Amino acid sequence: MSATFVGMPAFPEAARRALENTQQRHNLAHATGTIRDKRAAVVAEVDDWEALRLAGAAIKDQTLRHLDDHLVALEAALQERGATVHWARDAEEACRIVADVARAHDVDEVVKVKSMATQEIGLNEALEAEGISAWETDLAELIVQLGDDLPSHILVPAIHRNRSEIREIFRSAMGEVGRPAPDPLSDDPADLAGAARLHLREKFLRARMAVSGANFAVAETGTLVVVESEGNGRMCLTLPEVLVSVVGIEKVVPTWQDLEVFLQLLPRSSTGERMNPYTSTWTGAVPGDGPQEVHVVLLDNGRTRALADEMGRQALRCIRCSACLNVCPVYERTGGHAYGSVYPGPIGAILNPLLKGTGVDEQTDSLPYASSLCGACFEACPVRIDIPSVLVELRGQVVDAHRGGVPKPEAVAMRGAGWVLSSSARTARSERAAAFAGRLLNRLPGGRRQGDRRVLGSIPMPGAGSAWSQARDVPVPATESFRDWWSRTDGGEDES
Amino acid sequence: MDTQEAAGVRVGLMITCINDAMFPDTGKSVVRLLRRLGVEVEFPPAQTCCGQPMVNTGYFDEAVPMVRNFVDAFAGYDYVVTPSGSCTGSARHQHQIVARRSGDPGLVRAVEEVAPRVVELSEFLVDVLGVVDVGAYFPHQVTYHPTCHSLRMLGVGDRPTRLLGAVRGLRLVELPAAEQCCGFGGTFAVKNADTSVAMGSDKARHVLDTGAEVLVAGDNSCLMHIGGILSRQRSGIRVMHLADVLASTEGDAGQTGDAGPAKTEEMLP
Ligand code: SF4
Repeated sequence: MSATFVGMPAFPEAARRALENTQQRHNLAHATGTIRDKRAAVVAEVDDWEALRLAGAAIKDQTLRHLDDHLVALEAALQERGATVHWARDAEEACRIVADVARAHDVDEVVKVKSMATQEIGLNEALEAEGISAWETDLAELIVQLGDDLPSHILVPAIHRNRSEIREIFRSAMGEVGRPAPDPLSDDPADLAGAARLHLREKFLRARMAVSGANFAVAETGTLVVVESEGNGRMCLTLPEVLVSVVGIEKVVPTWQDLEVFLQLLPRSSTGERMNPYTSTWTGAVPGDGPQEVHVVLLDNGRTRALADEMGRQALRCIRCSACLNVCPVYERTGGHAYGSVYPGPIGAILNPLLKGTGVDEQTDSLPYASSLCGACFEACPVRIDIPSVLVELRGQVVDAHRGGVPKPEAVAMRGAGWVLSSSARTARSERAAAFAGRLLNRLPGGRRQGDRRVLGSIPMPGAGSAWSQARDVPVPATESFRDWWSRTDGGEDES
Repeated sequence: MDTQEAAGVRVGLMITCINDAMFPDTGKSVVRLLRRLGVEVEFPPAQTCCGQPMVNTGYFDEAVPMVRNFVDAFAGYDYVVTPSGSCTGSARHQHQIVARRSGDPGLVRAVEEVAPRVVELSEFLVDVLGVVDVGAYFPHQVTYHPTCHSLRMLGVGDRPTRLLGAVRGLRLVELPAAEQCCGFGGTFAVKNADTSVAMGSDKARHVLDTGAEVLVAGDNSCLMHIGGILSRQRSGIRVMHLADVLASTEGDAGQTGDAGPAKTEEMLP
């Protein structure tokens, strides 16, 4: 059981396949629509929402500016309270650290509280290679794991599934890896949750080691924070003897007071709730209470690269609320798998290229273009990440990375269009050619018209034109450009 | 400012490359409408394209000559008025980025000079001229799609619907999920054609649900996309630019062409 994003095709191709899955499109439209409405309602309740967003962005920016200092402070506070701190430059290092801890304790299974960072580094697969099973305990994450599937949403990894699909997954897969689903099992949400509870309880009580992420890491006291809805995470954080937390270095906040802002922004933006049901905090190891050995892996894996990008570094403010996914019209149609990463949607479209770099592989380079730049994500983001501007900036980086060598047809077209459109004389000449074509096309027999204009639809067009005309009619060029009309009629004064 | 004062204002029309080559009638509507309101308009012939297709696709270097050309063509006008929310956004926000990246301080200064005076048509009518009733007549059931750039980049708010609300004979019906993007997005429509069409089809379905005869928006590029889908579906719904509706008067009512909603099916040979 280990699906992986490795080798996913570039976005347009992956999206085309996803669009063919009508059940998934239905599930997504329903789920995102529901969360969208909930979020809008609870955000509207807060009078100073805009001020909160500004405060959230400011705290994060300020922290990122002195990230090194805050991380050193965090490390010191963690050590002081009995935690072991590890630094991991990349995924491989991080996975090795976790596996070493597991081996030192001779465990062959760990329980996990949903963590983006461990998914980002492919921890489950790395542990599996060492003969260690990692059990996801978040309900949606469990569904993904049992279904041998990939997560498709930051907060609701199984958002692309509906309840009858979940019932089937539970019935066919639970028994193979632990306690089977009760029989009979209905697709009632309470029934499904009950099956998951029984299945997971067994694992909670048996596991001696847990792996978690963290939503925030408070530097002043060395405290890690997890915000969740189900309480399963809290079981992971308190029951096992050994706890390893893998934390991205951008998760640090200087003080407890900073949490005041984020604990207001996060639940309203993510689940559309005023407050999340469980907020767990843990600080080092406390003798006789909870895990007796606590390890914290501070993960870079491209974050310092993102930090070095003047425009893109704002992406590190992200608190993974998933509001941008739920309002994104592209995500709503394609789902999360098309982005080929644990970070899908608008934030994924900028975060992945920022972490991995542009010009490295085609899949990553396709992500900045997976947006119509409608701006809904910026409007929703609780920490005001200007995703559309970062997307455009990254597109520039993708284009620049491919300059030199044999230019792509698109680059040739853009250069050509740029040459024509930077001079009014050349523009006018090309418009006259288009108008001439328009007059010719208008005279062709048959075909359809809209008003006095013929539309091109059935007529095959070259290159980009065919991508357009497959499902859309396009009017033929006007028979006279505005420019020519203006000079012929003296600005419409002597129109006859 | 009332219409009297408007007479002294120098207004340069930015017709946009798509309108110039594909939808010149919208440009003519803007001219007619503004003249009717007492505004003297000029069309600086040196203008071409604002460079948005290049910038939004990542070809910043290629956009530099276009931005240069734009600021040259429109220097010295009190206002640059354009029937496109997205091109207004490009001139107002993106030109500065292009200029800064070009490393030419002269271009940066020129952009800072021109950019703040570029306004979208509904902004010009409501904010600058202070009119909501432009004396138009359009006896049809209409629904309005707020294009993303005018909605979010410019924040034109309810200006377009207030203008439409004051048109005599016009019945405005609400568009479900109006604020969702239609999926045009410039080169997105070609680079991610399948997703673009999926978004556009949902938009078209919402338009059909309204029962309106005409879909109105402030950007012909988005309308070309939605209209292209509606036309392929033989839906019988016409798409029109806001300027074309606002320019319509009682005199046009009998004609087809610009003034009335000509349905696709009626035009079948
Ligand atoms: S980018 Fe903003 S909206 Fe999207 S997940 Fe991050 S914090 Fe939430």
